[in-house]
Amino acid sequence: MSLDFNTPDFEVIRNGNRCIQCKVCVHQCANAVHFYDEEYDVVCVDDSKCVNCHRCVTLCPTKALVIRKYPLEFRENFNWHGKAIKEIYKQSQTGGVLLSSMGNPEPFPIYWDKMLLNASQVTNPSIDPLREPMETKVVIGRKPERLKFDANGKLLTKMPLNIELKVPVMFSAMSYGSISRNAHESLARAAEELGIFYNTGEGGLSKDFYKYGKNTIVQVASGRFGVHKEYLNAGAAIEIKIGQGAKPGIGGHLPGKKVGEDVSATRMIPVGSDAISPAPHHDIYSIEDLRQLIFSLKEATGYKKPVFVKIAAVHNSAAIASGVVRAGADAIVVDGFRGGTGAAPTRVRNNVGIPIELALAAIDQRLREEGIRNYCSLIVAGSIRNSSDVVKAIALGADAVYIGSAAVIALGCHMCHSCSTGKCNWGIATQYPELVKRLNPDIMYKRLVNLISAWNNEIQELLGGMGINAIESLRGNRLMLRGVDLNEKELEVLGIKYAGE
Amino acid sequence: MKKIYAFESRCLGCRLCEVYCRTARFKSKDVVKAHKRKNITSAIIVEEVLGPNNISYFALQCRHCKNPKCIKACISGAMYKNDKGIVRNDSEKCVGCLSCILVCPFGVIKKNDDGKSVSKCDLCADFGEPFCVENCPNEAIKFLNEGEARALK
Repeated sequence: MSLDFNTPDFEVIRNGNRCIQCKVCVHQCANAVHFYDEEYDVVCVDDSKCVNCHRCVTLCPTKALVIRKYPLEFRENFNWHGKAIKEIYKQSQTGGVLLSSMGNPEPFPIYWDKMLLNASQVTNPSIDPLREPMETKVVIGRKPERLKFDANGKLLTKMPLNIELKVPVMFSAMSYGSISRNAHESLARAAEELGIFYNTGEGGLSKDFYKYGKNTIVQVASGRFGVHKEYLNAGAAIEIKIGQGAKPGIGGHLPGKKVGEDVSATRMIPVGSDAISPAPHHDIYSIEDLRQLIFSLKEATGYKKPVFVKIAAVHNSAAIASGVVRAGADAIVVDGFRGGTGAAPTRVRNNVGIPIELALAAIDQRLREEGIRNYCSLIVAGSIRNSSDVVKAIALGADAVYIGSAAVIALGCHMCHSCSTGKCNWGIATQYPELVKRLNPDIMYKRLVNLISAWNNEIQELLGGMGINAIESLRGNRLMLRGVDLNEKELEVLGIKYAGE
Repeated sequence: MKKIYAFESRCLGCRLCEVYCRTARFKSKDVVKAHKRKNITSAIIVEEVLGPNNISYFALQCRHCKNPKCIKACISGAMYKNDKGIVRNDSEKCVGCLSCILVCPFGVIKKNDDGKSVSKCDLCADFGEPFCVENCPNEAIKFLNEGEARALK
């Protein structure tokens, strides 16, 4: 069929006065947008293939390139806007489910931006973190109901299994397969240096990475890829993945072309075969079944590793979380609808799940009301963009946060939403060796360390401003938050007052 | 003596080193201005090697040999080794016989566009750190002592 309704999304503009025809753009674009025309001895552009990843723009030595939105307009129509029309063109041509990557980009409210933090004035002193000690350490896991001491002040209570984070931020689950080996290595090395954790994702763990075990959380998902006793014991904690914020209710699909020798060995599946994670765990149909899996994993690891359970933020999150805690989880991870993904059906990504802020507030509230909040830690994920999001999440009731998108952005991701093509020009979401090479872990792990260190400094500044000297004292302290531009119901769910109240 | 070492496993084949090598000769260090001039040749060459599954790249440049054949072959005394061990070409003395190109075992001396002079790596000795190393986006070429390089390889 030669008739093609699709038009380019982006336009690549080359400044002829600055271009030196060095062909760096040609060598760097895996989508073949830039190409060299031998006949005319000139570098040319095919706009239609551009995904706007900025690789060429960043590497162009003369800054001769600019990428813009393709200026072609449809007749203005609020209902049938260009995106809606283009999606129909694409689907009527291919007959396929639309796929997207990264998190929900639709203009739903971002509640982090509608909550404001408090600061001390006159009646209580603020603290300068550069002059006074400030603690951002958190401990994840079950906490005892009360502490008992003997006459000499010696602790009698047997402390449950906990893991310690130097900063309340961890790198969320991104599997080896969905991201490259070099990206994985960068996360692992950064986690080790920072005293935090990274998560293997559902793709198992290469033996080469066992040395980062004390900073690793190993994941067990519905596909059970790469899960064996040694793997479970390799990390510091185990996470059961029930759902993912970007695609609640949906399984995963790693295309066979991403399953090379090493991914195949790690996942324990044949080279080139599609890795399909079913939507449900086929052995979990109730909270009781989940309890069985939690305790099977604890049994397999000699009760030495805390077990996390990760769910997507959905309508009944609070009730589900209550069940998860009662099933014996040491930490519950809630992933909001803005959480990223390597690939998800567009309709699911954009329309399923709820904002993490509301889910977090509801879960924390419910667990407190039921008197079981101390039974487990609460970790939130799903587009934590900066340190103030972290502080607000903790004030709403979280123990720690997971960052995925922010971490890959630090590694060079330019949010082009094209992970599913497998041709990531930044060497992150790809398995092509010549592209993986582009991410040098020696450089990139330092960027992650820088990012988290910077956030840690900012968290300390914000805490100090509130007159608090330990992050543990902020947890669930919703009086430190005030809402703006929110209605009564939103304030009620968030459990915060309106600004000025 | 510090030399430039290429790390094949990190090389992207972007050839920015070639661009910056050509720019290094110009005082302004302005890439656009440098490339508007004629008669500039990069002294670092990125070779493409087709493997069974992928292409690998390797940057080549003067090794500053212990007993350089180019100096022996030079008929005008333009090629010389300075006190730091850097093999350099004095363009004032060079007569463009191209004998050095013939004898270089690594093929890293290049004829300039005018056909009468040559370009070779001088480790940017006149202004500090080699420009290619400074501008490599992936730390695939490094300026190291032999011992440091051996530890990394």
